[in-house]
Amino acid sequence: MFAIIGTVPDEKFPLACGPAVMSGPSLIVDNQSVAVNRGTPALLAAAFAVCEFLGAPPPFAFLIGDIGTGSGSRKLYAHLEQSLPASRYSGLTFHYIQPDVDWHNRVLFAIEEMSVRPTLIADAGFMYAAKMSGQANSYDVFTPDIGELAFLADEIAPHPFYTRGFIFHEENRVPELIAMAYRYNNAARYLMVKGEQDVLADATGILETISAPMVPALEPIGGTGDILTGVVAALTGIGHEIPAACRDASKISRMAGELSNPNPGTQVMEIIRKIPESLALLYP
Amino acid sequence: MGFFSFLREKTVSPVREIKDRGILVFENTSEVIRAENVLKNSGLWVRVMGPPPEIRTGCDLVIEFPLIEGLEILRTLEGENIFPLKVVPVSGPLLEPVSIFFTKDFGDFLMVRAANMKITVEKATLTVVNISGGGCPDVPYLAAEMVGKRLDEAPSPRSIGHTLCGYALQLAYEEIQRKCLR
Repeated sequence: MFAIIGTVPDEKFPLACGPAVMSGPSLIVDNQSVAVNRGTPALLAAAFAVCEFLGAPPPFAFLIGDIGTGSGSRKLYAHLEQSLPASRYSGLTFHYIQPDVDWHNRVLFAIEEMSVRPTLIADAGFMYAAKMSGQANSYDVFTPDIGELAFLADEIAPHPFYTRGFIFHEENRVPELIAMAYRYNNAARYLMVKGEQDVLADATGILETISAPMVPALEPIGGTGDILTGVVAALTGIGHEIPAACRDASKISRMAGELSNPNPGTQVMEIIRKIPESLALLYP
Repeated sequence: MGFFSFLREKTVSPVREIKDRGILVFENTSEVIRAENVLKNSGLWVRVMGPPPEIRTGCDLVIEFPLIEGLEILRTLEGENIFPLKVVPVSGPLLEPVSIFFTKDFGDFLMVRAANMKITVEKATLTVVNISGGGCPDVPYLAAEMVGKRLDEAPSPRSIGHTLCGYALQLAYEEIQRKCLR
């Protein structure tokens, strides 16, 4: 079983821990329901779609409400610090959580106490905290977009908001930015860079570039990156090798995007609904 | 004066050189936003910057101010029941917020990105159709509050956001407003 950890944009949403299942357009965890718009619910919905298609148990979710004040995130961090050492997961994927270096380190220490080390994936706020802590190389996969890659490449910036101007966030500089991220030890074992072309890399350089199908309208759609990370979480969580999982996740996400016939105003749930169809094309 | 006008000021007037500077440290980013609004509305010169390494926690901002004006600044904040956690003198350079924008034209839609945040508007209706990127927990909340509303009717990220991703979205929001509404 693998777990996904993040927040939902509702201050009143309590700490909910349990298998995540879809019910119509909503995600249900521990009897709590949340709409799937973007963010961690979108990531979970994508992971659930993969598990359902492949006949695997659904992802386990750790969710809490937080609208940016950080209070929900701190409760979630505290719960993880307490509960992870005695637990067993094949993978842990950390997502929209208020970046906090001290709490990040406490959670990482808790993971080190687990009897079996899970595959560690970080995206969004938790990836920011992982980079700032100097512990990026404790992780197996980071899934940055181009702006976040520039942040990883900047050895000084503590958040993408402070990425220095001379580090331009341009797609044609992806190889250079990847090299900088590894040079300064700010990258996980694998980087899956999400963009017009998805780029899989490790410390030796670019391993694979996936650019088909090319659907430019996906770039502005909130949640498309969450889909890719969710599919990576599910595939690695059920035992696929990381490079293959990243490559397939890119293809599945792109095909689901294409099948939804999107424009820049399309909402992410329309793409998530196409994941089973794209899985059927990739794994006939 | 716009919240982020200090970014544009750099291009139209010389940056004010301050040798004796201090920073105000607050409990969270929301307090920084409130304090900056109060101080700027009172005509005091301050700017929002990144904290020095020794006090960074991960998602934070500080307010830089001329030390000589410290008493007036603290008095002004106290009048609004705003109390910084610390007042610290600084000598080294502070990190500056991102100030580069990327714009992409999708025909009927326009997208602007600042740092890790993107906002997309339908040109014909000026409706915010998507917000993407970011990693702090207010991003999904900001998207829920803004998507589906016209640019001039949607709440600004500055007014309801709490984090640096919210700040980055504010920059993208101001830039797309500049392109679409002026």
